[in-house]
Amino acid sequence: MLKEIERAGLPIVHMCTIVPISLTVGANRIVPTIAIPHPLGNPALDAKDEFELRYHLVEKALKALQTPVDTQTVFDK
Amino acid sequence: MIKVVHYINQFYAGIGGEEKADFKPEVREGVVGPGMGLNGLLKKEDMEIVATVICGDSYFNENLEEAKVEILDMVKKYSPDIFIAGPAFNAGRYGVACGAIAKEVSEKLNIPVLTAMYVENPGVDIYKKYLYIVETRNSAVGMRDALPKIANLAVKLAKGLELGTPAVEGFIERGIRKNFFAAERGSKRAVDMLIKKLKGEEFVTEFKMPVFDRVDPMPPVVDITKAKIALVTSGGTVPKGNTDHIESSNASKFGKYDIEGVMDLTAETYETAHGGYDPTYANIDSDRVLPVDVLRKMEKEGKIGSLHRYFYTTVGNGTAVASAKKFGEAIAKELLADGVTAVILTST
Repeated sequence: MLKEIERAGLPIVHMCTIVPISLTVGANRIVPTIAIPHPLGNPALDAKDEFELRYHLVEKALKALQTPVDTQTVFDK
Repeated sequence: MIKVVHYINQFYAGIGGEEKADFKPEVREGVVGPGMGLNGLLKKEDMEIVATVICGDSYFNENLEEAKVEILDMVKKYSPDIFIAGPAFNAGRYGVACGAIAKEVSEKLNIPVLTAMYVENPGVDIYKKYLYIVETRNSAVGMRDALPKIANLAVKLAKGLELGTPAVEGFIERGIRKNFFAAERGSKRAVDMLIKKLKGEEFVTEFKMPVFDRVDPMPPVVDITKAKIALVTSGGTVPKGNTDHIESSNASKFGKYDIEGVMDLTAETYETAHGGYDPTYANIDSDRVLPVDVLRKMEKEGKIGSLHRYFYTTVGNGTAVASAKKFGEAIAKELLADGVTAVILTST
């Protein structure tokens, strides 16, 4: 799905938990997420901290969208 | 004697090249062109090519239905025990014609059929699951290599002998699964394979990985504060109740939902349809899969221009790559039409 959206001309970032799959299939901008059942969350945290965590991950995604890349790049910092 | 009817195109019949590709179907007694070499090999097994049907590649492809009927009539008259088309090597129209006519003969006359072509011939993808296609090289240079392989397989098919694997018999994998008891158990075979791999030795995979293409990365977003960001997910987030019935596995469709005015996804309003992960956490708070709450905050803060009013969702669990590709193409069209700048796709 992701590649077709990029092929059509839209910059796209993949926020996903299993990065090796995303790399194999061919996403160009990848942001690793927390866990399979809650990629953008962590039920062990309280609501406020969980929101912060999610906010921080989405910030990374926006940063990835603003970063030029030549090859597949995992944005994990 | 086992009777064979052979099908070839205008070029191999010596009639002409491209300028004769509109040649109408014609049948001749005995062998023509490569049939001669093939016959020599078949005769040893009490098989003989009794007739050869010749047809122009363009004529066949441009008159599919009529050509199939005409040719079937010609083939029928000889009451063959087996039908062989080609070899077509890498000639696309020829390969498609061979596949089409072999399939037609197989279905209408109920006799074994086979054809032969290069693995990249478009005829392969279309017909491999219906037919035995002997793998050839990519040009007539491979004729000497192809004929014995065709003859061998023809003998086995005509005589109803048991076939080995595609690799052994020389035909292109049809994608048909056959169960069998392996001599050694899977754990041992897996470890043996891993050891070979670690040692850098050659090993044969039991399951071929699909080959994924690559897309050139899009240039980055220039001004994110003015960007319209769209959310897409394979995590199966849907309005509570999943009224569009997106399947929990092998999804046949994607959903498009309006989040105008929605600032946060709650347990009362959203859930996941995905059957491949523990849905507990997502059902309590779907923002954990589709971060609407965060993007709404960022909208307010002016960090992004806006969150697109529709999100797109499907279930990634066991969904065919071909389906996902179609969804992606359809979604992309709509996003572009709606002036979306960039996309965040979340997966579980």
